[in-house]
Amino acid sequence: MRRTAGKRARAIALGTAGVLLLALAWELYKSFGPLAGWGVGGVLLLPRTDDISMPHLGAMLARTAEPLTSAADSQPVWLIVLLGCVSSLGTAFLGLLIGAVVGIGLALVMLRFRVAEAAVLPWLVLSQTVPLIALAPLVVTWGGQLQFGSFSWQRWMSVAVIASYLAFFPVAIGALRGFQSPEVAHTELMHSYAVGWWKTLFYLRLPASVPYLLPAMRLGAASAIIGTVVAEVSTGTEGGIGRLIIEFAQSGSSDPAKAYSPIAGAVLMGLAAAGIVSIMGLALSRYRRNEAQS
Amino acid sequence: MTDSSQHAVEIVGVTKTFAGTGSKRAKSQGDGTVVALDDVSLTVSPGEFVSLIGPSGCGKSTLLRLIGDLDEPTAGTVSVFGKTARQARIDQDYGIAFQSAGLLPWRSVAANIELPLALHRFGARERRDRVAELLSLVGLSDFGDKYPEQLSGGMQQRVAIARSLAEKPRLLLMDEPFGALDEMTRERMQSELVRICAETGAAVVFVTHSIPEAVFLSDRVVVMSPRPGRIREIVPVALGDDRGELLREDSRFFAGVTAVREALHGAPAASAVRGVESR
Repeated sequence: MRRTAGKRARAIALGTAGVLLLALAWELYKSFGPLAGWGVGGVLLLPRTDDISMPHLGAMLARTAEPLTSAADSQPVWLIVLLGCVSSLGTAFLGLLIGAVVGIGLALVMLRFRVAEAAVLPWLVLSQTVPLIALAPLVVTWGGQLQFGSFSWQRWMSVAVIASYLAFFPVAIGALRGFQSPEVAHTELMHSYAVGWWKTLFYLRLPASVPYLLPAMRLGAASAIIGTVVAEVSTGTEGGIGRLIIEFAQSGSSDPAKAYSPIAGAVLMGLAAAGIVSIMGLALSRYRRNEAQS
Repeated sequence: MTDSSQHAVEIVGVTKTFAGTGSKRAKSQGDGTVVALDDVSLTVSPGEFVSLIGPSGCGKSTLLRLIGDLDEPTAGTVSVFGKTARQARIDQDYGIAFQSAGLLPWRSVAANIELPLALHRFGARERRDRVAELLSLVGLSDFGDKYPEQLSGGMQQRVAIARSLAEKPRLLLMDEPFGALDEMTRERMQSELVRICAETGAAVVFVTHSIPEAVFLSDRVVVMSPRPGRIREIVPVALGDDRGELLREDSRFFAGVTAVREALHGAPAASAVRGVESR
């Protein structure tokens, strides 16, 4: 137990050191790098170091605390970014949820029918090569045609669907590997108990898949966030962090420090999602006993 | 013979071949087909302890798997308590323990023993009582809340044996359950198994490659030979009900060991005669 605590402290220290090193590198290059950049034959190899290209970290932080515009009722940048994060995180979570349900469902079908594994798996791999940007307008168009009663398709729903398109893949692969992970001794034991496929699933395959499902969910969560941000940009969905990244970047020349706030926001979203999955892992620690052994 | 339903296990003319890596229709041995068992017949009476012993490849594990319906014979019949092996498996007439304890790491010791009872929907009270009973039977009453990884190999194997006894089977199938244990733990486990069998009255089919183990435990030792797997000889030992540690020093024990060893390796003069006898 103590050894794992020491390990954790070490990991935190190393992680912090990494971030500090990156910040230091940024500021060092900004101080000593060539102001107009450096290149060969018109091709820029080293970036410019002026305040428009590389604002000081301090300026970025300061800009975050200031109001967005000079208008009297303007909210500070950090609040706007935070609200954007919350909105996008909600969408990404829904996307992850859909992705997890679809992914685990596909894994179950592939587990149940050997033929399906051979038939479906290559398509799953292929599905991930379709550029998200090509897919986004299609989803929006299809969604727009859905309308029953008081329900009408919202644009953020399209974003969630697009996010789920990225998120389902690692979950499907991880779940399939996890479901197939029990040893022969265990599956034969279940066979000797004369129990069916479903009971074997619930008593053996599902618990055994937890050490595989958790990393898959972590990957899926990261994918869902990337998918959400990209989909927000390409569908022009308002309120999310994707839109803020575009909006703030457009004022790049006049207000360069502002553009970095939503990027930092996106990073924080990723950390939050990874944190949530880790908490899930703690709750499921009973099922991860064999992880520590091997 | 007598009414077959009186036997715990009745194996008649069983042959088992495994297809080689080539086409499944390959029948001849030249195509990589392995004949694991060739025309094997054996009966086990209720309450009888029978060991299967022989070099690797003699089909002793395969024979056990056929009884447990984990594999199906290519030819011949296997019946368990007068039913087909399949029906006996569905009716849960046997308990099984493998060389690896095969405990589920996410279930506590008590929950592992409870597994077959939970799967077959026994009542909560009945389950709890039975688990407590089994824990004390295998001497692990204080370890019910522990997890398998917190237990030594011998203790894990005892949990596996308790699990195999959970539904009070009249037949136990054991495939080298002590194979991975050190010699001292192994002898202690053997003594405990003798005690447990006496208490439960179950018939046991026990696969091993240890001659002393087979002699110490068994009423009869079935000596098998490989390629193709056949029964070479059946050596009756039956060292009586009082099998304490002193028995391991007893001359009858050594006589049994010698008899099994000679059957296994083929004693110089007697082997040919015995070979004919067992047919």
